[in-house]
Amino acid sequence: MKRCLLLLLIGMWGAIGMNTLRAGEAQPMADDPKVEARLAVLAEELRCLVCQNESLASSHAELAEDLRREVRKLIRQDMTDAQIKTHLVERYGDFVLYRPAVKPLTWPLWFGPFALLVLAVWGLWRYLRHRKALVIQRMSEADNAQAQSLLKD
Amino acid sequence: MKKFLIPLALFMGLVVFLAVGLQRDPREIPSPLVGKPAPAFSLPTLVGDQPFSPADFKGQVWLFNVWATWCVACREEHPLLVEFSKTQSVPIVGLSYKEIQAADQANGPLNDTDKLALARERSLRFLQRLGNPYKLSVMDLDGSVGIDYGVYGVPETYLIDRQGVIRFKHVGPVTPQVLQHKLLPLIRQWEAS
Repeated sequence: MKRCLLLLLIGMWGAIGMNTLRAGEAQPMADDPKVEARLAVLAEELRCLVCQNESLASSHAELAEDLRREVRKLIRQDMTDAQIKTHLVERYGDFVLYRPAVKPLTWPLWFGPFALLVLAVWGLWRYLRHRKALVIQRMSEADNAQAQSLLKD
Repeated sequence: MKKFLIPLALFMGLVVFLAVGLQRDPREIPSPLVGKPAPAFSLPTLVGDQPFSPADFKGQVWLFNVWATWCVACREEHPLLVEFSKTQSVPIVGLSYKEIQAADQANGPLNDTDKLALARERSLRFLQRLGNPYKLSVMDLDGSVGIDYGVYGVPETYLIDRQGVIRFKHVGPVTPQVLQHKLLPLIRQWEAS
């Protein structure tokens, strides 16, 4: 058991170490620090479309590189962050955003989990009330007397 | 009995959701470009000096197929495209997407003229060997036109109508099923309108 834990710990430590190493690899072409700073923030918000669970900032895919170059170009054209995002959404759809815009189409996505939570709490409340009524009902006078007598012995 | 019906219904609902979710291809991202005018560009073609832009094909229905010689899945669909080009009146325009890869520049970066020359040579050889389904092919060396079209994986195929509006996008190799059940009916529909 102890050895298992130790191995697990070493494995986890290794995984964390590798992650930081990987993060260090994606180096920006630092020709204009201002552009790079804005790119760094924007790229965290944009999804790489090839490796879908990575942001543009962390992805090594070639398309991610191209898209970073595209975003750099747009930043140099003095577009605002919102304009740049719209530019990419027009081409790749909402999927390119890590945080999709709140609009009727994405309402289920944003509010669905809370609706489910409210529903679950309501269900739980109803169930508990029902169970309480059952318990109280079951303890009739006769049962109570029998229990008392049993407890006395 | 009634007590079990509600959880059962809930469970069945969940099963349906999961079943549908599992059948869907997460790589297939719906394109926002369908129903929008095809983005304009002007690019050099595979042969000749005349650049091509989508406006040149206004007034006819055409297919726009993203390909590259390094793309394995493109070889898969290639025979079908060749076959299709023989039988149909709809022209296929190829978009040679980022033909020059990092590996080609291992011995130092190439300049634009050399890149275009190498890309043309290799693409022509590919088409001579495997058949040429394309009316013409445009060379998108840096992939910027690809970005305008929302390309995220090669091959991709677009159907563009007479007004120059994108009507359909298919990601991945065109299979006989896709051709029969999606592309052909849509081509007929947009040719008629």
